[in-house]
Amino acid sequence: MSVISLVIKREFIAKVRNKSFIVMTFLSPLIFAGIALLIGYLSTMKADVRQIAIHDETGWFVNSFKSDSEYRYINQSDTPVKTLTDSVKSGFYEGVLVIPNSSDPKFLEKHIQYFSEESPGIGFIEDIEDLISDRQTKFNLENAKLDTLAIRKAESKVSLSIARASGEESVKGLNEIKIGIGGAFGYLIMMFIIIYGNMVMRSVIEEKTNRIIEIIISSVKPFQLMIGKIIGTSLAGLLQFAIWALIGMAILFSASLFFDVTPATPMTSVAATAMQPQLSNAQLYLTEIWKLPIATTLIAFLLYFIGGYFLYSSFYAAIGAAVDSETDSQQFMLPIILPLVLGVYIGFFTVINDPHGTIATVFSFVPLTSPIVMLMRIPFGVPIWQIALSITILFATFFGVVWFAAKIYRIGILMYGKKPSWKEMVKWLKY
Amino acid sequence: MSNILEVRDVVKKYGDFTALNSVSLSVPKGSIYGLLGPNGAGKTSLIRIINQITYPDSGQVLLDGKPLSPDHIRDIGYLPEERGLYKSMKVGEQCLYLAQLKGLSHSEAKKQLEFWFDKLDINGWWNKKIQELSKGMAQKIQFVVTVLHKPKLLIFDEPFSGFDPVNANIIKDEILELKKNGATIIFSTHRMESVEELCDDIALIHKSNKLIEGKLNDVKRNHRTNNYEVGILTDNVEGLMYDLTQKFMISQADFKSLNDELKLSIQIGETRPNDLLSVLTHRGQVTHFVEKIPSVNDIFINAVSGPTNE
Repeated sequence: MSVISLVIKREFIAKVRNKSFIVMTFLSPLIFAGIALLIGYLSTMKADVRQIAIHDETGWFVNSFKSDSEYRYINQSDTPVKTLTDSVKSGFYEGVLVIPNSSDPKFLEKHIQYFSEESPGIGFIEDIEDLISDRQTKFNLENAKLDTLAIRKAESKVSLSIARASGEESVKGLNEIKIGIGGAFGYLIMMFIIIYGNMVMRSVIEEKTNRIIEIIISSVKPFQLMIGKIIGTSLAGLLQFAIWALIGMAILFSASLFFDVTPATPMTSVAATAMQPQLSNAQLYLTEIWKLPIATTLIAFLLYFIGGYFLYSSFYAAIGAAVDSETDSQQFMLPIILPLVLGVYIGFFTVINDPHGTIATVFSFVPLTSPIVMLMRIPFGVPIWQIALSITILFATFFGVVWFAAKIYRIGILMYGKKPSWKEMVKWLKY
Repeated sequence: MSNILEVRDVVKKYGDFTALNSVSLSVPKGSIYGLLGPNGAGKTSLIRIINQITYPDSGQVLLDGKPLSPDHIRDIGYLPEERGLYKSMKVGEQCLYLAQLKGLSHSEAKKQLEFWFDKLDINGWWNKKIQELSKGMAQKIQFVVTVLHKPKLLIFDEPFSGFDPVNANIIKDEILELKKNGATIIFSTHRMESVEELCDDIALIHKSNKLIEGKLNDVKRNHRTNNYEVGILTDNVEGLMYDLTQKFMISQADFKSLNDELKLSIQIGETRPNDLLSVLTHRGQVTHFVEKIPSVNDIFINAVSGPTNE
């Protein structure tokens, strides 16, 4: 057996046998399920009904306000404003809407007031504004002797139907699904890099503090040890993901059985669509999801996953070699976490608005962010040459970084008691 | 080909600091070779180069006449000064892993391990974790791991640190047995008494330079002071002293003895020991006559503080 595979085996077994690995593997799905249940439970709880007093001196608007499960509107047009604001202060009313007596629409536009103790939400303000504006518009139209019904009929509301130039049709809302899928993959990569990169670092530090490193290094090349460590740790991580996937599927399956829903194969579900047209909307989304570049996404996920994880793990390994304890490593963490977080932010804010804009495109080539940003772009359709170029850059950088990391690693693992700085590490590169 | 290891003009620099300044060594096959030097002299740098952990900036290292190559890793057993084991790994698994890294097959490693565990009487430790063992016990395991793959060349860096006297003796006997079985041992230490006892050859490194190298006896011969310790029972002390001062330099000596004799330290210079003896026998009963051979410790301190005392 070659030494690298021996190292991989040992690292893998050491990680998997670790109590925290076992606990994490089986406990975190439980914690996840628990949180999901909690959120579900909280969202089903009814929020308190808030009472809003309407003081409408014109009497035109008050009937437009319809109470719902969240807000109850109470007509208080006869109560003086002073009394109402007092009861807002005492907390009886959430707020009071004051519409002054005027027949001049221009005056009303500026002089309707809302009093409350806590600032109202933006959505609430917009709703009220829309309500009053609609009503006022209707009055204005009637005053101008215009046929509101005819106008309403004449109104046109365009809903863009989105399609790709290649002719495939698309449904609205698909963008959200796309960013969801890309985001999930990108996020997964980020989490994996942070969790397992840290594990690589800790394992390097452990060998240093145990002082076994010099024994090992007299039979294994530092580079072999580093690569073996990275691969072994990633295998442990993949096993963890596989177990989670299995648990997830088991839960899904048993839930399906419990609720008496037969898990449908794609074939029968297509047949079912034909018979049950009321499902067509959900079905449409599903078929649209299947039309996404799934093969490309999965292959790209795998490649970016490997490239990104290896790239960052090399950083982590080098840092682990340079420090004596985990506390010393903090100062080196920020430059690693930053590009990862940047990638996720670019993904969620830039890619969703403009998947093929300059910023999104550039960062999907930058190797430190490309695993996340490019994965988020791929569901929107990225030319294959861009993916190929981005992956090439990523792997080229990876080999470069591994070379540097191995140098720092080689020197660092045999250095004790020196508090490392960036300057020191650069010096090691020259040894 | 009598040298198992040849170090030729090895230079190693770390930045501006020169750790080894053109150092050459020859380690004869089958010897116990003491590599001596104060802390920071460059011993560990040299050992790391021999183990191919680092590489020399210039110069060459030959093992069995061939330049060092990755294949030589399994010919060398190395017990570093900074040593430890995986704390949370079981003893048996750990030893198997380290032995396999040295190129043994799983079954061969297991066979060797059982042999050594039997020999050192540590059979019950197989399933224990290192963190359950004492420091001395862990050192025994490290020793086993070092010798397990039957290397031609063994390098021990301060092997006895951390051992109690009983265990240190066991290890010492094992080292001697390894030598008997044909292994060559490089022994880096500043414990001079163990050097006197074990080493056939020594080399002294100081401030990145090799100062002395050779057979232990040759080195001592080169550093002899021609001083003799003498015990003599005589009635005529004054006569004796008169005779002696004619030819030799005399000073008071102190050594343990059964009689209440006159104890002298005599510098014979270029004359022969027999000249001294004839003077002594002429005047009294000689009870003690020993050449004061310089200890390695003396040579070490002399060499380190002497010529390079700029």
